[in-house]
Parts: sequence; C-alpha cells; structure tokens
Amino acid sequence: MPRILFTQQLRRFTVTPEVDTPATTLQGALDAAFAANPQLRGYVLDEQGHVRRHVSIFIDGRRLRDRACLAEPLGAESEIYVMQALTGG
Amino acid sequence: MSDRAWIATRKGLFELRRDAAGWRLARAHFLGEPVSIMLPGTAARPMIAALNLGHFGVKLHASDDGGEAWREVAAPAYPEQPKDVDGDVPWKLVQVWSLAGQGSRLWAGTLPGGLFRSDDSGASWQLVESLWRRPERREWMGGGYDVPGIHSICLDATDARHMLLGISCGGVWRTRDGGENWTLEGRGMLADYLPPEQAGNLNAQDPHRVVRAPSSPAVLWCQHHCGIWRSADHGENWSRIHAPQSSFGFAVAVHPREPETAWFAPAVSDQRRVPVEAALVVNRTRDGGRSFETLREGLPQHDCYDLIYRHCLQVADDGRTLLMGSTTGNLWASGDGGGTWQCVSGSLPPIHAIAFETAA
Repeated sequence: MPRILFTQQLRRFTVTPEVDTPATTLQGALDAAFAANPQLRGYVLDEQGHVRRHVSIFIDGRRLRDRACLAEPLGAESEIYVMQALTGG
Repeated sequence: MSDRAWIATRKGLFELRRDAAGWRLARAHFLGEPVSIMLPGTAARPMIAALNLGHFGVKLHASDDGGEAWREVAAPAYPEQPKDVDGDVPWKLVQVWSLAGQGSRLWAGTLPGGLFRSDDSGASWQLVESLWRRPERREWMGGGYDVPGIHSICLDATDARHMLLGISCGGVWRTRDGGENWTLEGRGMLADYLPPEQAGNLNAQDPHRVVRAPSSPAVLWCQHHCGIWRSADHGENWSRIHAPQSSFGFAVAVHPREPETAWFAPAVSDQRRVPVEAALVVNRTRDGGRSFETLREGLPQHDCYDLIYRHCLQVADDGRTLLMGSTTGNLWASGDGGGTWQCVSGSLPPIHAIAFETAA
C-alpha cells in the first residue's frame, strides 16, 4: 500500500502523520494525510491547490515537476516524501 | 503610554520592555521564523503576528494574553483564480504586509494586492472583492517585490467608514463607505520612474508609506518613492515637500496630537539606499513640512549603511517616544521626540516592523 511521509521540518508547526493509504494518485494520498490532520493542507498546498513553491514532493525517488497537477499515479508500494525545497532558504 | 513594544524581524518577534534604565529586549517569540508584521492586541481583539515561512507559506498566530500563549488562526486566502483570464498575478497569498484593528474588526493588507477583513479575531478572513475586482487593480505593479502589495491601512478614528490604503505600486485608494466603493486618489503625486506622459498616473504611484494624523484625520503624510507628499483633504490632493539631505526613504511617522509634526529617515536615493554620507539622521518637521530639523545625536555618524524600512519608524501615543529599526538589525530609541537617540540593540536580525503597544 502506498505510504506518505512528511519532512521533520514541519513538526515544529503541526502534526505530520505517516499514512498508509490505498490511494492511486498523489492527490488521493495527500487527501488521506490531510484527513488525519486538516491543518497540514495549508502548509503543503497553496489556496489554488498547487504544491507550494518551496515544497518538494518525491514519488519513489522522482521529484514532482508539475506543481499544479496532483494526478500523478502511484504504484501499489509507492513511497511519497513531502520535503522542504532549498529554494525556500 | 505602554512600556512595551514589538519588533518583527527576519528571525522572530522580539518583545521590548521599558524600565527606568530605558528600553531593553525581553522575550523572543517564533525565534528563527520570519515575522512580516504584527498588530498589538486590545480588549476587543487579540494580538496578531504574521509569519512568512520560507517553505510553508504565510501563517497567522493570535494571542489573547499579550504573547503568553499563541494559537494559529486562519491566514487570508484568495478565491479560486479564474482560468480564462490571462496576465493577472497568481491569486496566491505571498505576504501579509499590513495589519490594522478597528474595534473587534481586523484588516490585513497583502501581497499580491488584496485587502482582507476579519470579524472573528482571525478565525476567518474575507477578501474585499470591491477593490480586488476593480479593473485598475490588474494594472498595479510590484514595488520591491514581484507583485504589488498593500502596506498602509489608514483608518479614521472619527469615522469608521473612512479608510485610505497605500499600495506599492498602485497609488492611494480611499473608501468612504466601509469598503463598498473605492476611489483612486493622489492628485499631485509624480512618478519619475515612468515615461514623462505617465508621471501623473495615479494608479502607478509608489507611495512607500502613508500615515494619517490621528488628531486631524484629513491630514495624511506620504513617504513616496520619488519624495515626500502631504495631504490636508483626506488624500484627494497632495503637496510636494522637500526635506534636507534627501527626500528619498521608506518610513514616516506622524505625531499623535500635532498633525504638522512628522519624522522621516532619509536615504541617498533610489539607486543608493544608504544614509547620506554614511551618517544616519532623522528629519523632523513641526510645521507641516515648511521647515525641518535634521536630528543625529546618538545615531551612528560614520560608516553607517542602515536602511529604515516602511514600518520601522514609529512614535508612541505620548508623542515623544520613538523607536527606529534598520534592515541591518540595529534598533534605536528616543525619549525626546527624536532629539537624542540611544542604541537598544546592534545585533538583531533585519527588522521588518515595529509596533508600540497602546495603553489599555
């Protein structure tokens, strides 16, 4: 089952659950994590639903390129890491 | 006046206390996080601090007990951006650049140019659509940032329906009905960074900072990108004023009871944003800008490259106590209206904003 994990940097602001989810897309996995902690959404996505400019998401080691498209498919055992992007300082 | 003030910096919010020995730094809040602006609380509303987290966006925190305990509240959020409109800025909150309180109501001015209102202590925010949907808003330009922003919210204590906004770069906008309708004001302001025929375009002016005289609300002072202007008619018409050394700068403060008394912190020019001859001064007028005194006692007079940014020169409600902070992280205090200054700290992070707590 896909698993989504969040950078430890976020822990000083909010709870970062590690979630195993049957989601088949990145959007689905993020939604599962946001269901566990609704406050997390605003830290990862902006108000237009795009990945924040200085947040990086890796799916199975590949960095997500299109911040506006969260339909990226997941494999049965995909690992998603939501990290800080060093562009943000 | 209160013996407490707040310093919002690149790396935290610092509490300042005054005792017999003068101002001293007390506690640090949100240490390490950029705090873009803050608003002290009153009995009617909480204190608000606006964080601009490098990675995770703008977050607002509120405190009901003067900073003992903080809780995260909602941040202003723009509505869904229409997909069929090209050439607009992204409808995404970049920074809270100004905060104002009106009874229990909160106002937030933001980059990229939206004004927001909260009537529930920050639990929710509403975009003031009447201004955001104005076609002129699409013409605003960034001033020091990629996108335009509202840095000055001038309330009128004698009429809650009156408000004037300062926008870089979108000129000065006024409402007389609590934000339902807006008029573009600023006649007399001139922009030398535009082609000559555009210099008087009111919607392209860059008023770096606008403050209203609390005791005489028709009087407004503006430190503009291209000089200093003053209005005596609620911002409709503006007269240009020339200060000693330089009329370039970012900050202006106005006396709480003497509308003709104002302070400025000049820098050389747009192209060289450092004190004239590397000596920091404050220009003070007491006669509406007809004459100025250049005050320098206690301020560094050689090798000084500090810049005083928009919200970093403040006067307390006693009219004598001033605080001034720089982008270099120096903080000075004056107890005699700017005649003499004392250095409070020479090692703060870059200072974004200063606010005095008002007496309860």
